[in-house]
Amino acid sequence: MADIDTLADRLKKIIPNLENNLSSQLGEITITVSAADIISVCQSLRDSEELQFDTLIDICGVDYSTYGQDEWSTQTASSTGFSRAVGQEDGPESPSDAFPSRFAVVYHLLSVSKNHRLRIRVFALDDDWPRVPSVISVWTSANWYEREAFDLLGIMFDGHTDLRRLMTDYGFIGHPFRKDFPLSGKVEMRYDPDTKRVIYQPVTITPRVLVPRVIRDDHRYSADDVPSDQKDSESNA
Amino acid sequence: MPELRNMTLNFGPQHPAAHGVLRLVLEMEGETILRADPHVGLLHRGTEKLAESKPYNQSIGYMDRLDYVSMMSNEHGYVLAIEKLLGVEVPERGQYIRVMFDEITRILNHLLWLGAHALDVGAMTMFLYCFREREDLMDCYEAVSGARLHATYYRPGGVARDLPDEMPQYEKSQFRSDKDLERLNANRNGSLLDFIEDFTRRFPGYVDEYETLLTDNRIWKQRTVGIGVVTPERALQMGFTGPMLRGSGIAWDLRKKQPYEVYHKLDFDIPVGVEGDSYDRYLVRIEEMRQSNSIVKQCIDWLRENKGPINIVNHKFSPPKREDMKHDMETLIHHFKLFTEGYCLPEGEAYAAIEHPKGEFGVYLISDGANKPYRLKIRAPGFAHLAGFDEMIRGHMLSDVVAIIGTQDIVFGEIDR
Repeated sequence: MADIDTLADRLKKIIPNLENNLSSQLGEITITVSAADIISVCQSLRDSEELQFDTLIDICGVDYSTYGQDEWSTQTASSTGFSRAVGQEDGPESPSDAFPSRFAVVYHLLSVSKNHRLRIRVFALDDDWPRVPSVISVWTSANWYEREAFDLLGIMFDGHTDLRRLMTDYGFIGHPFRKDFPLSGKVEMRYDPDTKRVIYQPVTITPRVLVPRVIRDDHRYSADDVPSDQKDSESNA
Repeated sequence: MPELRNMTLNFGPQHPAAHGVLRLVLEMEGETILRADPHVGLLHRGTEKLAESKPYNQSIGYMDRLDYVSMMSNEHGYVLAIEKLLGVEVPERGQYIRVMFDEITRILNHLLWLGAHALDVGAMTMFLYCFREREDLMDCYEAVSGARLHATYYRPGGVARDLPDEMPQYEKSQFRSDKDLERLNANRNGSLLDFIEDFTRRFPGYVDEYETLLTDNRIWKQRTVGIGVVTPERALQMGFTGPMLRGSGIAWDLRKKQPYEVYHKLDFDIPVGVEGDSYDRYLVRIEEMRQSNSIVKQCIDWLRENKGPINIVNHKFSPPKREDMKHDMETLIHHFKLFTEGYCLPEGEAYAAIEHPKGEFGVYLISDGANKPYRLKIRAPGFAHLAGFDEMIRGHMLSDVVAIIGTQDIVFGEIDR
């Protein structure tokens, strides 16, 4: 693997205004690019002699709307003590404002010739009609990845010639990987003996939470924590 | 002259050569294929969405069901991503066990590929031969995890348990004579390692048998040589990885280029093809089986010499011993918390990739600090390969469809997720 710092320097040389949009974590570099620039950035990343990102490994759509929300408060006790699993009916809290928009597209690039990797994040600006230019002209493999992101998250890729659904059923309504889409879905299918055919009907399963979502930031899980067989005296909430 | 029209042919989804539930809409001119449109998603279970609703450890079992012929490799990609975010170091014995089972899995996968590919093309015997060897390897899975297919054996920080000292034996039954019983149990008298070592001694001979049947076989060559040629440039453009890329002559293998676990300590070679056709990919996979066999052998030698922990001892992530729970309150709490709430990952994102038998299997994990993933994206190698199917099949004959599906080593569990 090429050195992360040299890769970062080379990226800064090729892509303008990258200083604040480049972060490296766990030996991986992430750059954030605006949707308008994505095609030109990808083209220069692929064609640059020093970088040669010849393979698009993956495209992942992300819905950031419930980022950082948990179902079990661990910091403050109410009058009845610490809360237990919060019901789903409370609905999502106000969307997280840590991100410029709800939807993002994450590209993973790999250079087979130079042996390094890069992650690009693009925020799709309009939350109701998220749109990102298609990179299909840069890498052929973008075709199905973009179809998948469109199908599952409803992100539109401008310039994609064949943006059909890929994963879901023929005639499916909705985008299942959005955070406001229930895990059990919205319709279920069964054979109806009266009409003698297969029909769709609203789901009859009650949504339930088996394990509530908990966010703990008291650093008890940091890797350099003392192993528990050394009998540390921390309290468990 | 009557008016001639192109024909649209529907192939699958229930077709024995479609390797699962592939529906192909083929536009044909006579017997030549002008365009192919694969319809996938008939096996879509929403693995990534399901994982978002469960603590990290409860999703390991889902990974087995992605590519259901190379189960432990999928788990490996998933636990590597968790470990990367947690920043934990796996004990060396755990790493060797993982590498050994990764390579057993590679042989397992390639055997199914070879059997099914040859069966599609018309060589029935191969299927029977390959499944004979798969039986032994699945016994190894069973001995170590209790399950023959969906093992759920890897854990963040190591593996679930150490290798057993005894290999399970066939039992006496009214349907088996004593002589048969003795023959079946002949290599099962020692430990699991003895059993695997016996297998690695026998296996090169088996590969020779396969090669005798296929490598110089005229029919096999007529069906594979020059079929589905992919140039190296196109292979990269289409996101091909693994044997599909190496068959086109690019020596790219994550085990060498971006080594994980203990691959940098092991001695093995990367076979590459020349022409980029189905026959070259066949040769590459055959040689990979021989190389995997040698890696397994090296792991056995190391594992015999070195004992030690197989999982991290931090009970925030790995379950404590049951006997300790009986007299230590803290351990009991740890056990309870681990199996109810799970553990939280630090906020951040990580991408971990392994050299899966089919190509690069990657897991992209976004954590917001909770005990469940915020977003999990599985990069399945077969997905990119099937996306390139249209380009590979154009201009070929209808009968080449099954040959190209075979050479791509398609499994729908991972493509549809």
